[in-house]
Amino acid sequence: MALALQTFATVKDANAALKIEGTRYLGGGTLVVRAANEGDVSVFSLVRSIDPALSTIEVGDAKVRIGASVTMAAITRHPDLGALAKAARAVGGPAIRNMATVGGNLFAPAPYGDFAVALLALDASVDTGKGELPLETFLAGRDETRALVTSVSFTPPKTDSLRFLKVSRVKPKGVSVLSIAAVLEQAADGTIGSARIALGCLADRPMRAVAAEKALIGRSLTRDGIAAALAAASEGTSPITDPIASAWYRAEVLPVHLGRLLLS
Amino acid sequence: MAKVPVQFTLNGSEKAEFIDSGTTLLNALRDKIGDTSPKGGCHQGTCGACSVIVDGELRLSCLTLAETCNGASITTTSGLADGGVLHTLQRAFLDTFATQCGFCSPGMIIAAKVLLDHTPNPSREEVVEALSGNICRCTGYEPIIQAVLTAARSNSQNAA
Repeated sequence: MALALQTFATVKDANAALKIEGTRYLGGGTLVVRAANEGDVSVFSLVRSIDPALSTIEVGDAKVRIGASVTMAAITRHPDLGALAKAARAVGGPAIRNMATVGGNLFAPAPYGDFAVALLALDASVDTGKGELPLETFLAGRDETRALVTSVSFTPPKTDSLRFLKVSRVKPKGVSVLSIAAVLEQAADGTIGSARIALGCLADRPMRAVAAEKALIGRSLTRDGIAAALAAASEGTSPITDPIASAWYRAEVLPVHLGRLLLS
Repeated sequence: MAKVPVQFTLNGSEKAEFIDSGTTLLNALRDKIGDTSPKGGCHQGTCGACSVIVDGELRLSCLTLAETCNGASITTTSGLADGGVLHTLQRAFLDTFATQCGFCSPGMIIAAKVLLDHTPNPSREEVVEALSGNICRCTGYEPIIQAVLTAARSNSQNAA
């Protein structure tokens, strides 16, 4: 069945149109057009908004706000978003990065959504025009979300405090076996004061490794110091099985890669 | 279903068509306009065979709706040759045997063109990165990488 596309100048009008059943929002097309090409007949109407606010990036000292239509390529090019460049570059090849949006990545099912993993580690908030939701809450309810995501925002990470790793079998670029993002705060003596660790492909959507986070508090980043965190890394995970890797394999290699990320 | 108008510049010439709403750029180019140089491989954004340049940016035409390209300037591989004279990249692909079945070649050449437009003298790693969204099942990639590096050298020699 052919799709029908409606374009609106404002987010408000796009939101009204999204209420009709079978209607999906068109961002970069890498999820929704792909689904339609694959024969997903539940999609028969697409809506998009060309509101320029959706494509803006605001970088303040206390807050970074990225519009939902901002592409991965725009993030890699932005001079003040160097911390996120690695995660944005982990998404697809060059053409996909010119198309795939920040808003869309929040809806990407595993094994996709590597950028959202980084946002989850940054404790980002999601704006849907009805106030801001913590990303974790948003992700939990994303299948029922009918309102258009307008932006994500987060406190800018201290230099080099966001660590990100994507494991793929294909070099230089391929689909994730898993991805991990971590934001660690270390005291002057090197012990961990706070930790946020987010995992991709270890569930159907990005999730936090809460047990590993707790096990890192007060420890230092040495092989012995992180041992408890690595042992707890798989707690609460339910990895996906797909042609890239089995759930068993993903669970087995998670502590190895988390260890490499923490000791890097 | 009502048809919608689309108008864009394709390889330097104006094109206007009425299409079904929701038609992908790939289908509009191939079936309506008759430019069959972008290939439909996976239709999933995985293979890169449908790569085209939209306003200077590399894009996958199978995941782009034609209506979103109104007013845009689109370049495909069929617009690269100057009359009977092949583009440097096309020449290099022939000379280094970088094409076997040929299905991936238009996408590879378009992805390489975007690279060379921005980075005239790329490193091998930059070539590999630029082609990382394009799949080839014949060559093992090595001749393609060599072709892009050869084209870059040939461009800089011509410029000198």
